[in-house]
Amino acid sequence: MIPELGTGALVVALIAALGGAVAAAIGGRTGRVALVQSAQHAALVVAGILTGCLVLLAYAFLTFDFSVRYVAMNTNLGTPFYYRITAVWGALEGSIMLWAWMLALYTLVVMLRHRSNARELYPWVLTVMLGIVAFFLLVMTVPAPVFERLTPVPADGRGLNPLLEDSGMITHPVALYLGFTGFTVPFAFAIAALITGRVTDFWITATRRWTITAWYFLSLGLLIGGWWSYHVLGWGGYWAWDPVENAAFMPWLTGTALLHSVMIQERRRMLRLWNLALVILTFTLTLFGTFLTRSGVIASVHAFTQGSIGVFFLAFLSLVILVALGLLAWRWDTLGAQGELDSVVSRESAFLLNNVLLVAATFTVFFGTIFPLLSEALRGVKVSVGMPFFNQVNVPLFLGLIFLMGVGPLIAWRRASLDNLKRNFLWPTIVGVAAAAIVWAVGVRSTLAVLALTLTAFVTATIAVDLIRATRARMRMGEAIPRALGGLLLRHNRRYGGFIVHLGILVIALGVTGSQAWSVQTETTLRRGEHAELAGYRVRFDGLAASEESNHFKVTGTFTVDGRRAGGTVLQPAKKFYPQEQSPIAYVDYRLGLLEDLYVVLGDFARDGSQATVKLQVNRLVSWIWIGGLVLTLGAILAIAPERRRVA
Amino acid sequence: MKPKFLIGGLVIVAALAYMIYAGVSQSVVYFVTPSELSAAPVAGKAYRLGGMVLPGSVKWEPRTLDLTFTLSDGKHTVPVRHKGTPPDLFGEGRGAVVEGSWAADGYFKSSHIMAKHSEEYKAPHDANAAGYKELLRTLQGGGQ
Repeated sequence: MIPELGTGALVVALIAALGGAVAAAIGGRTGRVALVQSAQHAALVVAGILTGCLVLLAYAFLTFDFSVRYVAMNTNLGTPFYYRITAVWGALEGSIMLWAWMLALYTLVVMLRHRSNARELYPWVLTVMLGIVAFFLLVMTVPAPVFERLTPVPADGRGLNPLLEDSGMITHPVALYLGFTGFTVPFAFAIAALITGRVTDFWITATRRWTITAWYFLSLGLLIGGWWSYHVLGWGGYWAWDPVENAAFMPWLTGTALLHSVMIQERRRMLRLWNLALVILTFTLTLFGTFLTRSGVIASVHAFTQGSIGVFFLAFLSLVILVALGLLAWRWDTLGAQGELDSVVSRESAFLLNNVLLVAATFTVFFGTIFPLLSEALRGVKVSVGMPFFNQVNVPLFLGLIFLMGVGPLIAWRRASLDNLKRNFLWPTIVGVAAAAIVWAVGVRSTLAVLALTLTAFVTATIAVDLIRATRARMRMGEAIPRALGGLLLRHNRRYGGFIVHLGILVIALGVTGSQAWSVQTETTLRRGEHAELAGYRVRFDGLAASEESNHFKVTGTFTVDGRRAGGTVLQPAKKFYPQEQSPIAYVDYRLGLLEDLYVVLGDFARDGSQATVKLQVNRLVSWIWIGGLVLTLGAILAIAPERRRVA
Repeated sequence: MKPKFLIGGLVIVAALAYMIYAGVSQSVVYFVTPSELSAAPVAGKAYRLGGMVLPGSVKWEPRTLDLTFTLSDGKHTVPVRHKGTPPDLFGEGRGAVVEGSWAADGYFKSSHIMAKHSEEYKAPHDANAAGYKELLRTLQGGGQ
């Protein structure tokens, strides 16, 4: 029953979305309000049906309805309750549905917020958004049918990929997809601006908070993905330049560029063409990411088994690019800049350079990701570039970006005088140099680490300089410190939200630097009672125990830290054996700390429990990556909040 | 657009092009099969060697962490030496990709094993046949 009900509903939604898109377009062209209203009704219907389908699928998972192929493939009778819900988006078909559902919800929010304040653009925004929803609905009915019936109905299902049985599975995809789909809104506004010819700055101001929201969720999704990789995959890393990580990172880079370049357009009426191009690029990169992940063109840990879905995505991607380029060419004459770049030493050029570096990083990541494809197509040689390539090329770009993060917000518009430079950057430079000296003095000899820490100190100091100066100014008006600081953050929430996001990025940079420069590891085989030593930790192997869990067997090792450091800590890494998997899954145990994590992975072991191979890692400063994520969250919330510069 | 911005832009593009070129030439890794490697092994060059782990070829010394096995593509075989625990997905008769280089004295020195995750549908196998129950008993009996 559920397969037919679900498929039928999706077909209805597809028709409604297509009809709504066309109605809104005609409404936009002719100015007939009734048509736009019917498009709104269509959007409501689509959102309602998709919500219903999501609930229906969840219900199928909860009741073990194995007549739905997707349910049978991704759950079995032993899958715990919680993971039967996350299994809804645990594989290809369901993740497409999650995507479409979020897009439909975003469409509703756009309707609520912009129905009356974006009159001319609004119908076209609806057309674009409903058109994209329609594409995803098409994917869900033809190449990736989520409600496909399975006959005969099996007695038990195959089970969820064990790696996905983790709490990160609820937050990681949801955040990531909210980010991906969120960029559809600015894209829809940009296309609407091009179609109507209203390529002035309205679409930029209307979508500013949308862009920050999408950017924030994408950042969060990436960070949670890193955390998942760190505590589930058992290699002690959080980022591997895996094609699918890259696919999510590229729109993040261009989205970051966009956040900055729109400020130039708002302030100086420059970069109109550039901003439109960036929005289009960011949106197409989110589609490209899905294409890369789901089509199987590139092997990756995230790659799902695929079918004809790649062709659909490639076709749609080409269509989007063609239409967007066509519109840009059509409106070319109206996209000229009104402002001019006056001086190399100015805020405009700092922002411009920031954009150039971000786009360069995007290109690097893109190039490295598709390099195997390129090389096989052009030279017939199967080659690949690994982590060293990405690190080598991107690290200098990222260091440059951190430097600009300090310069950009403080340097003067148009042309910075020597006086302005001295006023803003004398102290930060002193702090930076002092930091370099201290870091060197305590014995850090890695050039990259010294450079990264110096720049981090420099940028932190620029933020401090600005905050202190602005707070003082308010205190001179007779406000006490907390009130002055609070008022500053709330009244200029956009500026200071941005600063706090910068601080978050700096904290993350600190964590990345520390973990890359100072982490150590060892691997050894221990008999029961023997010790392994690493970086001052003495770890004793106390034995193995086996247990039977609801859907797997588990072999747990007990390791006790008995030295001076962290003495008494007991760590219990395990190996989990799932019946549906050919090989065991490692279950990591760790002791997190602000300065370092002790991280233990159980390797091979003797079947009588007398000895076990263990991988010990001491990962430095990794926690700061997650802390940076929290700081970034605070800043993003502040920046997204409505501006209240003038309080009546 | 003033010429100095144009020149600045060109400098940046040129620098990026150079960085990418240098990065690629230093970190490029060649995918080869055992047949291709046997035909023309170049010592010191970075390879990714993909093949099937020959049944009966795996030797694992837990105390010294020495892992040796043979990769085959049906025509040729290549002996591989690795230091460290085999990854979870690694096993005899299964696909594996190893990254490393050809050692002059006739074996492939692996620095990293990427065992291949099979994408095909596998029926859940019988827990008893896989010996988990047995494992449970031995560990509970003599383990703790």
